[in-house]
Amino acid sequence: MPAINPKQVSMSKQQPAERARNFKEVALGYTKEEAILEAKRCLGCKKPFCVEGCPVSVDIPQFIASVMEGDFNGALQIIKSKNSLPGVCGRVCPQEDQCEKVCILGRKNEPVSIGRLERAVADFGKIGIPVKRETNGIKVAVVGAGPAGLTIAGDLAGMGYQVTVFEALHKPGGVLVYGIPEFRLPKIIVEQEVEYIKTLGVELKLDQLIGRTFTLDELKKYGYRAIFVASGAGFPKFMNIPGENLNGVYSANEFLTRVNLMKAYCFPEYDTPIKAAKKVAVVGGGNVAMDSARTALRLGAEKVYNVYRRSRKEMPARLEEVENAIEEGIAMEFLVNPLRIMDDGNGWVKGLECIRMELGACDESGRCRPIPLKSSEFILEVDQVIMAIGTSANPLISATTPDLKTNKWGYLEADENTGQTAKEGVFAGGDIVTGSATVISAMGAARKSAQAIDQYLKKLK
Amino acid sequence: MPKIIKRKQLAPKIVHIDIQAPDVARTVQPGQFVILRLHEQGERIPLTVADFSRQAGTISIIFQEVGKTTIDLGAMKEQDNIHNLLGPLGQPTHIAKLGTVVCVGGGVGTASMHPITRAFKEAGNKVISIIGGRNKEFIIWEKEIGAISDQLIITTDDGSYGVKGLVTKPLEEMIRRQEKIDLVVAIGPVIMMKAVSHLTKSCGIKTMVSLNPIMLDGTGMCGVCRVSVNNETKFACFHGPDFDGHLVDFDLLMKRLGTYKTEEKISIEKCERCENASH
Ligand SMILES: Cc1cc2nc3c(=O)[nH]c(=O)nc-3n(C[C@H](O)[C@H](O)[C@H](O)COP(=O)(O)OP(=O)(O)OC[C@H]3O[C@@H](n4cnc5c(N)ncnc54)[C@H](O)[C@@H]3O)c2cc1C
Ligand SMILES: Cc1cc2nc3c(=O)[nH]c(=O)nc-3n(C[C@H](O)[C@H](O)[C@H](O)COP(=O)(O)OP(=O)(O)OC[C@H]3O[C@@H](n4cnc5c(N)ncnc54)[C@H](O)[C@@H]3O)c2cc1C
Ligand code: FES
Repeated sequence: MPAINPKQVSMSKQQPAERARNFKEVALGYTKEEAILEAKRCLGCKKPFCVEGCPVSVDIPQFIASVMEGDFNGALQIIKSKNSLPGVCGRVCPQEDQCEKVCILGRKNEPVSIGRLERAVADFGKIGIPVKRETNGIKVAVVGAGPAGLTIAGDLAGMGYQVTVFEALHKPGGVLVYGIPEFRLPKIIVEQEVEYIKTLGVELKLDQLIGRTFTLDELKKYGYRAIFVASGAGFPKFMNIPGENLNGVYSANEFLTRVNLMKAYCFPEYDTPIKAAKKVAVVGGGNVAMDSARTALRLGAEKVYNVYRRSRKEMPARLEEVENAIEEGIAMEFLVNPLRIMDDGNGWVKGLECIRMELGACDESGRCRPIPLKSSEFILEVDQVIMAIGTSANPLISATTPDLKTNKWGYLEADENTGQTAKEGVFAGGDIVTGSATVISAMGAARKSAQAIDQYLKKLK
Repeated sequence: MPKIIKRKQLAPKIVHIDIQAPDVARTVQPGQFVILRLHEQGERIPLTVADFSRQAGTISIIFQEVGKTTIDLGAMKEQDNIHNLLGPLGQPTHIAKLGTVVCVGGGVGTASMHPITRAFKEAGNKVISIIGGRNKEFIIWEKEIGAISDQLIITTDDGSYGVKGLVTKPLEEMIRRQEKIDLVVAIGPVIMMKAVSHLTKSCGIKTMVSLNPIMLDGTGMCGVCRVSVNNETKFACFHGPDFDGHLVDFDLLMKRLGTYKTEEKISIEKCERCENASH
């Protein structure tokens, strides 16, 4: 047996200078040949740690074995039995914190590039059109068409339930359509997943804000025997610093929604406008910040700063996206915290006053507290500021459903294994329970809850 | 799809449409609004529900053609479908029996005021309505508002109808005569709501206004609709649109409404139909 290549087969990308000015996908994916070559690096461990590292326990060595043989259809079957959105997860999962982190190969060399292989399987594999099951006539409602909602809808429809998804926006997909940009996750992939779920018999009702159009109690009254709340954590936070309401200050959600959902980068062909700025500061260190910064660049900004109060090591963003951002020329301002946004005298942003930080005492998890450095204030001259410092739960559903319980941050209380909330027949999962997390963890929660809802409904009968 | 079942021109560039929208009509309360989008490339814009019939499953929208989307909407005909319609949105107006309520409506704000006026009347209040417009032509819903008010006062800027002057004029006189007023509700252009709030603040009459910042999703997801109330940032689509007029930073609201001035012009210039309509 030839020695294992210590390095991953690299994946081609658009060149940084070129891609920083277009909205096309950055990562081009493996060819079939490259995928097979990378698959051959897998040791096929008898006790695979990678499977434990995967929040939905995809049988990774088994699907990689299929890829090795060039059987992409077979590999897709294997992944789909655990993960309904491989085309999405292959692109956006933080693999370096999950499966790839514990890959044995990674101890001495680079781990197997499981994420890229998953994407290749989604790109090349085909699955026959699912046979729509005869429905059992039992109605289940799902609130929110993000990854959690779409996953549970597909699972429950597969079990024969008559599932209706109520979505507030005019397009299904949740963060996958309004937040994550085209250059990282082409919208066509989300559309295909949505179509797939529809062929299973799931009904999608758009433009329905639960809590307003219908309350949860009304849905129950209309015959939905179980409800799964997957409304995400989409309420943007601001820093409460002076100047935050100036023109030119955006929440990341607003900025990204204008560009992704409303296609403001095609203005005036599309009606929704966005301000293209010359110099932009993005505040935050997660995926949302990276997406905002790189989007600002693609809208034509000359200079984009990323302001983050900790150091690169602590950034919660996916490794690959931080690397991509730096390659594209985003100026990283680590250990810097904003103090106020400055007014140009006409109500528009003129600059961002910041202070330098140093890392102080660390907590058990090793995360260190940033502390301001005295007299280190300085000004970034920018004409746009994007706040990507996190989101919280939208309180609408809990406020209109008195018997639901929330924790101190406003997230819904739900059983970790079943998603059961304090209200009979109502389950919940994804970001609305955990706070902003990941696509795969939202999906994992939905999968578990699908089983629990099935058991609950069987008992009711 | 929500269908336009009736269209009526109320004044130059002011149009009334009734839309078949049973889900909204079923639960909408006074003070709430909808967000609509007219086509795949369209913008999402907020419009107040000016009237509704739960039985017929319809809602009424009265809007002024001010830019691309409202002009497009004005060009639509009966039986046309609205691509997307989301609602009802926002907190319902807090209605209670207070005594005497003065409802002040300016321009299309008069129509937005209609369900609120009716609800205060039904709650047993004495309702005095003041409605204003540039000239006689721009006085809308006189009959409808008259029918649900104990007293109706009309003002026009040029004096072509009713009292000559702004809506604040009769209100000021009522205050000077020391008439008992328990609540003022003002809906209309920002500058008018600011003037009314300024007037009532000096004599401590509680005043409620309905704010109309730029919106996007209308559900609390984006924060573009933030307004400053008592120096606290609020999302108008979620915490509002009704707020205590004495605490609102109207100047900030006006500045923020101007964010996309340049783009709004481009949008209109691009659109031939809009060009024709704006003559
Ligand atoms: C910009 C951005 C980039 C990200 N990048 C990554 C990444 O690279 N990798 C990763 O793993 N994760 C990433 N995340 C996080 C990930 O997207 C979320 O954790 C995930 O989408 C959560 O899924 P969900 O189904 O719980 O909620 P969401 O995706 O938020 O979906 C919730 C849906 O519910 C709808 N809704 C809300 N309230 C109501 C209501 N009252 N009635 C009806 N519908 C309602 C919303 O409109 C939305 O469509 C990113 C997030 C953002 C914002
Ligand atoms: C809660 C609420 C209720 C409203 N109710 C009514 C109503 O009943 N009747 C009515 O005629 N108008 C109403 N408006 C205002 C209406 O939404 C705007 O006139 C409309 O969005 C303009 O869009 P446009 O494309 O035609 O014009 P644009 O050219 O886009 O804008 C013209 C002006 O309208 C304002 N505006 C632009 N976009 C928005 C937006 N997304 N949201 C709010 N304002 C915007 C701006 O100040 C701008 O200068 C309401 C606004 C809000 C927030
Ligand atoms: S319109 Fe987006 S939060 Fe109010």
